[in-house]
Amino acid sequence: MTGTLRRRLLSMLLGGIVLGLGMNASARAEELRIGFIAPMTGIFAQIGKDMVNGFQMYLDEHKGKLGGADVKFVVEDNQGKGDAAVTKAKKLVLSDKAQMFIGGLLASTGYALAPVSNEEKTLYIPSIPAADDLTQRQISKYPYVFRTTWTSSQPHHPLGKWACEQGHKKIVTIAADYAFGYEVVGGFQKAFEDCGGKIIQKLWPRLGEKDFGPYIPQIKSDADAVFSLMVGPMALQFPKQLRQSGFKKPILGGGTSYDEFILPFMGDFAIGDVSALQYSAAIQTPKNEAFVKTYRANYGKVPSYYSEANYTTAQLIDEAMKKSGGKYPGAEKFIAIMSNIKLDAVRGPVHFEDRNPVQNIYIKKVEKKKMFGYPKAELWNVVIKTYPNVSQYWTYGKEKFLKQPVYDKNYPPCKYCE
Amino acid sequence: MMSSQKFKILMVAVALVALAYIVPHSSSFVVLLATRALVFAILAMSLDILLGFTGLPSLGQAAYFGVGAYLTAILATKFHVGLGWDFWLVVIYGMLIGAALAALFGLFAIRATGVYFLMITLALGQCVWGLAYRWNSLTGGDNGISVTARPTFGLDLTNERTFFFLVFGFFLFTLISLYVLVQSPFGRSLAGIRERELRMQILGYNTWLHKYIAFVIAGAFGGLSGVLWAHTNGLVSPETVVLTTSVDALLMVVLGGAGTLVGGVIGSVIVFGLREYLSTLVPWWQYVLGGVYVLTILYLPTGLMGIPARIRQARGSSDKSTKSATPEKLVPTPS
Repeated sequence: MTGTLRRRLLSMLLGGIVLGLGMNASARAEELRIGFIAPMTGIFAQIGKDMVNGFQMYLDEHKGKLGGADVKFVVEDNQGKGDAAVTKAKKLVLSDKAQMFIGGLLASTGYALAPVSNEEKTLYIPSIPAADDLTQRQISKYPYVFRTTWTSSQPHHPLGKWACEQGHKKIVTIAADYAFGYEVVGGFQKAFEDCGGKIIQKLWPRLGEKDFGPYIPQIKSDADAVFSLMVGPMALQFPKQLRQSGFKKPILGGGTSYDEFILPFMGDFAIGDVSALQYSAAIQTPKNEAFVKTYRANYGKVPSYYSEANYTTAQLIDEAMKKSGGKYPGAEKFIAIMSNIKLDAVRGPVHFEDRNPVQNIYIKKVEKKKMFGYPKAELWNVVIKTYPNVSQYWTYGKEKFLKQPVYDKNYPPCKYCE
Repeated sequence: MMSSQKFKILMVAVALVALAYIVPHSSSFVVLLATRALVFAILAMSLDILLGFTGLPSLGQAAYFGVGAYLTAILATKFHVGLGWDFWLVVIYGMLIGAALAALFGLFAIRATGVYFLMITLALGQCVWGLAYRWNSLTGGDNGISVTARPTFGLDLTNERTFFFLVFGFFLFTLISLYVLVQSPFGRSLAGIRERELRMQILGYNTWLHKYIAFVIAGAFGGLSGVLWAHTNGLVSPETVVLTTSVDALLMVVLGGAGTLVGGVIGSVIVFGLREYLSTLVPWWQYVLGGVYVLTILYLPTGLMGIPARIRQARGSSDKSTKSATPEKLVPTPS
């Protein structure tokens, strides 16, 4: 610890001295330089830690090598901001000579970093940013972007269909008022209404809202269920306040409303709520069980999708590097190699279409139970239904899907709202 | 007095020439940071006109920065305007829209002073943020607008070094214009308002109008920095207009020294240096930045530009004390 501290101090001093000259990382042969951008300070710092831990764990398990190449893994803090992410990405590429950069958290950061990949002709893997259009309508605009986890609407098309099949007829949506919220609600609404359901009201509390007092009384009483999309601390407050207000009907949620990052902090009020995502820590496979146990032993918490996403990203790079013989072949070729890989990931089988994964989507119910031999009963996202091979275009077909505009606050239009 | 002023100008000129020489010979990351710091230096200088020269602490400077940036981004992406020679038109539009917004906001804000002025400008600035965040069809909401192409007119602005010189040119233009402004009779009357507004009113000055004009000019240069930022950063999002941008600008001015113009530049370089460079080296960079702020405010209320005066003062007082101490020694102590 003191060693690294001293080294850091020294490097800082040196950095100060050669600021004008600039430091350049001299590259050795057979070295893979990966830049990683995550919020390490600010309100999203904990999520950033989960992201880095996921990637780091895969590296540690493989002795710091991916596909035979020594990995130089540089983490940069973007404070959760798009502007800072741009500067940090440029630093990674220009100063550290990173061959690819990974990460970012918010969809807006994804949109901020994609142009950097163009300017620097460097591979960018938005492992978390889910903005639909990065791999849909704007895919040709950003040829160096390759996504490994999800698009916002991807898990919510199946959830919409599932909700309809459960016999729900009328649903009220309440979602954080920003692009990610629009895309999640849009996907859910589209699939739900195509199957015959009706969205009768859409409420949009601002991002970061913690008091839902003004919204809960507005929820129409003839709704069968509520669909919520909450992010971060909002996710803790909303279901709690809704249940406290005496609401007894089912609550459905977008992926981030109930992911494992917040689930441990939720009370029993969340039991029975249903959400959808491409990962649940409660997937009953030996591979996932091992992953959860190792991760929990290392970092003291159940892995969230933020961790799994980056673990799987590392795995994908590993496989692709193996195929290219341990040498990084440049962004275009590397993307071509990755596109043809069929991954046996922690979350299940994954392959790629249009630089975006095709994978299982899990419909999950919050239950309190003992899992994987842990002694205490805890809240888990127990999988109740699996939709295999779900692509970002769901069942609509690429052509037809891309003809409609990107999901927005007013698209699909709320036909049954009054 | 005049010679010291000339000396100061010479010092600034030497520093600028050194900057223009050293930066392009540094690594590309340093060029990138320097470009960013200069754009913010323009914003900080525009704020200094209000804070340092007129005594109006504004917390809404990001609003003009934001409209300039959004205007550039919207024109470039939706109308393909400003990507050739018409970039210079966009620069003028940017300054005009900044000035127009300031002219509007000034009507509300100028009546207040001190903390009330601070609060009103903060609230108005947040209105712009709110618009940027909610007006999805125009601003792209939270996702913002990516400006992927830089203008091309004979120069290859995708080259970061060329672009640095462009920004450097605008920076010089701002520095010189604002310097001429504060040295003008108008600028002197602003300083008079800062020192004692009542006296200026008694002398027959329309202080409201003076402050209003200063506010509009600051808005125009805020808009200019916004235009440059859109092309520097390649992304305009609500983050650009958020409160922290205003606070950053204010801190840069205070750190460097309000009422000096150059202080804002020094503040901007230090803030960018610490935030963007130190943060790549150590995780506890925020403590350093915080520490610098606290120490400056505690021990250097006049900012870093106040250091020479401080030294002179200290030397002067120590000279005096030695002078006064020597005669004492000469006086034989009766024992």
